[in-house]
This record gives sequence, structure tokens and C-alpha cells, in this order.
Amino acid sequence: MVDLGIKIHNLDLKNPVMTASGTCGFGEEIADFFDLSRLGGLVVKGTTLKHREGNAYPRMAETPSGMLNAVGLQNKGVDNFIANIYPRIKDMDTHLIVNVNGSTIEEYVALTERLNELDKIPAIELNISCPNVKEGGMAFGISCPSAEAVVKAVRKVYSKTLIVKLSPNVTSIAEIAKAVEGQGADSVSLINTLLGMAVNAETRKPVLSTITGGLSGPAVKPIAIRMVWQVYNAVKIPVIGMGGIMNATDAIEFMIAGASAIQVGTALFIDPTIPVQIIDGITQYMERHKIQSVNEIIGSLQC
Amino acid sequence: MKKTVIDFLLLNNKQLNKDNFLLVLQSPIPVSDIFPGQFINVEIKDATEIFLRRPFSVLDVDYEKQTISLLVKILGRGSRKLTEAKEGQKISAIFPLGKSFTLPDKNDRILLIGGGSGVAPMLFLSKICGLDPDNVTVLIGARSSSDHIDITAYQPYGNFFFTTEDGSLGEKGYVTNHTVFIDRLTQFSKIYTCGPDLMMKSIGRTAIGKSIFCEVSLENMMACGFGVCLCCVEDTKAGHKCVCTDGPVFNVNDLKW
Ligand SMILES: Cc1cc2nc3c(=O)[nH]c(=O)nc-3n(C[C@H](O)[C@H](O)[C@H](O)COP(=O)(O)OP(=O)(O)OC[C@H]3O[C@@H](n4cnc5c(N)ncnc54)[C@H](O)[C@@H]3O)c2cc1C
Ligand SMILES: Cc1cc2nc3c(=O)[nH]c(=O)nc-3n(C[C@H](O)[C@H](O)[C@H](O)COP(=O)(O)O)c2cc1C
Ligand code: FES
Repeated sequence: MVDLGIKIHNLDLKNPVMTASGTCGFGEEIADFFDLSRLGGLVVKGTTLKHREGNAYPRMAETPSGMLNAVGLQNKGVDNFIANIYPRIKDMDTHLIVNVNGSTIEEYVALTERLNELDKIPAIELNISCPNVKEGGMAFGISCPSAEAVVKAVRKVYSKTLIVKLSPNVTSIAEIAKAVEGQGADSVSLINTLLGMAVNAETRKPVLSTITGGLSGPAVKPIAIRMVWQVYNAVKIPVIGMGGIMNATDAIEFMIAGASAIQVGTALFIDPTIPVQIIDGITQYMERHKIQSVNEIIGSLQC
Repeated sequence: MKKTVIDFLLLNNKQLNKDNFLLVLQSPIPVSDIFPGQFINVEIKDATEIFLRRPFSVLDVDYEKQTISLLVKILGRGSRKLTEAKEGQKISAIFPLGKSFTLPDKNDRILLIGGGSGVAPMLFLSKICGLDPDNVTVLIGARSSSDHIDITAYQPYGNFFFTTEDGSLGEKGYVTNHTVFIDRLTQFSKIYTCGPDLMMKSIGRTAIGKSIFCEVSLENMMACGFGVCLCCVEDTKAGHKCVCTDGPVFNVNDLKW
């Protein structure tokens, strides 16, 4: 038997496969397709302090090997999450991680404090990288001082596992990663979507209501792997990698480049059973290569 | 009803007219209950630049043969590729998705209006609504007679009327110009429609004006089809709703029409 277990700070994950925020709802929407307890972790839809309607339609454009989205963090706010959703999902046998979003540092802090009360949420993923909101969002993730300020403020009120989700829309992602590590982040996850744009040649209009949106899917995979590798070499905390992972081989490539765990996002839209196929595929890979513990794969790149 | 990802077998692919094809897909396992308005999200394989699945309404189900029929109209790259699929080929689809039309009550007199590929759920509804065919009126619109598909198999389930924009079949004009729509609308207790947005808006507004129950099946660009991406929103009176899970069928009174 191969050992798929890994550790992200205080979290013992049964395997390195998680689902990415904004692509798996609250878990309930994909529960029909596979047994959620097989997942190493599930990162629920981005949550904000107050209800958000998100951006206007159209919010999606298909691109070669990927898609652009401009959902804009549509969610009913943290009170609704705690009152209505948390009781329904809290006993799922996997690590539930909430993706936290704010427009101001105070909002990030207030939201984190609310989530701190929930026993069955062992970690949060601080999203300082959403490209689809006007205030806050990515703005916090694209400069070291602002990223440091948010993480510092949140760290003061949060003692459980703090994962910080980084934006690829920067000159040096490794510098931002080092900056948030310096403020006490327990792990970094990357990448969020890449800022992109689609134009309709017939109408000469932008396809998305917001003009620009976030690119995800296989199209971003080489950039994501490059960034995981750079960040892995720059920090000591575990790196969670994502961006275009469609199968077990993709996942293993991320781990070789330095990811301790991976998240599956857009691939779920194509086939919601992909996480299970990836878990099984990693097991088979380890058996084939006579690898005992999945930890042996992490950062095993041979240059 | 549990949603599943299934590799169907393409049993039959028949061209009905220039742009429309009838695809019969067979499931390797028994198919769960499916109702008119529900759809399946089909993977288009080996097509460069096509990344996401494509949604298609269910036209018919045969539970014994474990088949689902689709009416596919060529609109762009994906639908064209799908209509080129060969019999015996595997086609992956996620289903059953979305909410169906509210089935009529025993004493209802219903009007079903379909335009373009929107006829698929209307034909399915006429077949399974369980009403006396005299109480089922179906109005189908298209550009020209050559765009209409053969509905002989559905003829026993209701009274069928046609419109064409060039007058080559049925009354000339849009479905909303048809005598049934202009003169007889208040005879119906429920109106159901699926088709182009402008057609449904015009029907919906008329129904609201006359206080007739009316459900429409909306189209929308979908990435997942099962409620996780939140891309497919319609701005309703209750805020943004997902067309794939809160719909595609909506009551017109809930929309900002
Ligand atoms: C719930 C639902 C049920 C549907 N049922 C049927 C059906 O029974 N039969 C049928 O022929 N078609 C149906 N459609 C429409 C069908 O999904 C589109 O024709 C198809 O997705 C177009 O894909 P394409 O690759 O050919 O188009 P593309 O080349 O991607 O785009 C060409 C044009 O097609 C339209 N389009 C693209 N994607 C969609 C989409 N997801 N929804 C609506 N329009 C789109 C856009 O106007 C676009 O400009 C349904 C759509 C929905 C949402
Ligand atoms: C429709 C959609 C919604 C998303 N919503 C969020 C979100 O709320 N919070 C977040 O941190 N990332 C969000 N993301 C980004 C993903 O979690 C992930 O970082 C990105 O899509 C790259 O991975 P992928 O290529 O596997 O999808 C979203 C992505 C998509 C496609
Ligand atoms: S298409 Fe993803 S939520 Fe509707």
C-alpha cells in the first residue's frame, strides 16, 4: 500500500487532492458524482462579509484550452454560510476550507473572526488574488506591502491553518510568497486566474460584461507550474498548486515542481469525477515507480 | 435524481433537414426519470478549440431501450461537430440537469410554443403531459418550411399549428402573429415556451398582461451545467439565479421581463 497522506501545517490530508474555490460550490453540488470523503480537502466558494450579487451576465467566455470567468464572487455572505450552509456540510469527511475575500483589511479580519468560531473549518484560504472585483481582491495580492498588511492583520485573529492564495498577475510571485510567509502564512496556494480578455469580432464588443476576466484551464498550466517551482524554491511553507490540472499526470507534474498538494478547478466542469481519477492515478503512478510516500514526489525535480 | 457522467453510445444520427439532426444516445445503465425542460451536457471530443461541454434539451426518453433523443441544430463549431458524430461512437454526457416544466393539471388546457431548437422540450412535453390531446395545442415557428422538422410521431398528442416567416408553411409571420396566439390565448390555462429570447419575451409579456400562467425555458452560456461555476446567471426579481440549476425553466413572473 502506498501512503498518500501529506501535511499542510496542522492539517493531515488523506491525499494531496483538493477541489478549488469557485469550482466546486459548497461540495453539495458535486456530491452526486463521487464520494466527497475521498478528497484530501474541499475549498468552498469564495465568501465575503456581505451578500454579493456578482457581476452582470455574460460572465463566461470559452477560449482555446480554457475559459475566462467574471463571476465576481457571487455569494450570500458569511452569515448565510454559517446559518444555512455550514450545518449541512460540516460533517463531510474531508477538510473543509473557506476561501475568504474582502474589500478592506477590516473586512478580511471581520470575516476571519466569524469563521474562527466554526469547529469544522480547520483552515481558511485568504484570497488576495481575485481579478474580478472592483475594490480589494487582487489589489491586495499584487504588491508586497499590501499583501503583508492583510496577512498580518488576519494572522492576529486566526490561529488555525492560514493558506494565502496568490495572484499570478505580478512580476515576481516568489517575492509576494516570501512576504506573506514573513507575516505568518502557513501555506500558499497558487495560481488564481490570469487576467485575460475576449473580443467578439462581429460586434466589436467585449464578450464579458466586465471586459476583462480570469483565465483558467489547461491554457494556464505551464505558467502555473513555473510559478509553483519558483515559489517552492523561495519559501519553506508548503505550496498548494493549481492551474489547468486535468488528470493525474498534470497533478504529479505540479508536485514534482514543488507542490505539496494540488487543487482541481475548471476540470470539474468538464468531468466532475476527475478528482477521484486523479487520486487513483497518483496511486498507480507511485506503484509503478515504487514510491512509498507521496512526500517523496514533492519537489523532486531533477534539473 | 442523481446526476451522473455517462458514456453514451450513439445509436442513431439522422439528418432531419439542413441544420437539424436527431441523435439517439443509448445509456449502458438504466436512465433515471427525465422530464421536459431538463437537459444534458454533452462533451464534444476531438474538436480543437472546444473546451467546454454543450447543453442540449432532452427530446425524448425510452426507458426500456435506455435511450435519450436530442434535437441538435447546427449553430456553431460544437454543434456542427456533434452532428458529424458517427453511429457507434461514444459520447460522454452529464445528466439529468436542470428543472423541468411544471406538469399541467388534469383540467388544464395548455399552449406549447416552440421556436428553432426550442421545439425539443415542447414536443417532449406534449407527449408526456398526460392530457387529452384536445387540450394540448402546439404552435411551432420557423423561418421557412424547410426549417421545420417532421413531427408526425407527435401528432397524436395535440393539435399542431405552424408559422413561417416566408409563409411557406402554416400562417405567415411569427408565432406571436398566429391566430391561436392573437384570438384564442385566454382559452389556455397554461403557456409553455422555449425558443429565441425575443420570442419568449414577447410571449411572456403577453402572458403577464393577461395573467396567464407561463413558463419559459431560458438559454445561457454554461460552463458546468450543474451549479458550481455560477457563470450562467439570469437577473431575476430575486437576484441572480443560475439558469442551469434554478432553471432553465422559469415562471415569467419571477423574471425581470
Ligand atoms: C438548457 C439549454 C438547452 C438547449 N437545448 C438545445 C436543443 O435541444 N437543441 C439545440 O440545438 N440547441 C440547444 N441549446 C443550445 C445549444 O447549447 C447551443 O446551440 C450550443 O451550445 C452551441 O454550441 P456551438 O459550439 O455550436 O456554438 P459556438 O460556436 O460555441 O457559438 C456559436 C453561437 O452559439 C451560441 N451558443 C454557444 N453556446 C451556447 C449555449 N451554451 N447556450 C446557448 N447558445 C449558445 C452563441 O450565440 C454563440 O455565439 C440549448 C441550450 C441550453 C442552455
Ligand atoms: C468560475 C470560477 C470561479 C472561481 N471563483 C474563485 C473564488 O471564488 N475564489 C478563488 O480564490 N478562486 C476562484 N477561482 C479560481 C480557481 O480556484 C483556480 O485558482 C483557477 O481557476 C485555476 O485553476 P484551474 O485552471 O484548475 O481552474 C475561480 C475559477 C473559476 C473558473
Ligand atoms: S453553468 Fe455552472 S452554474 Fe450554471
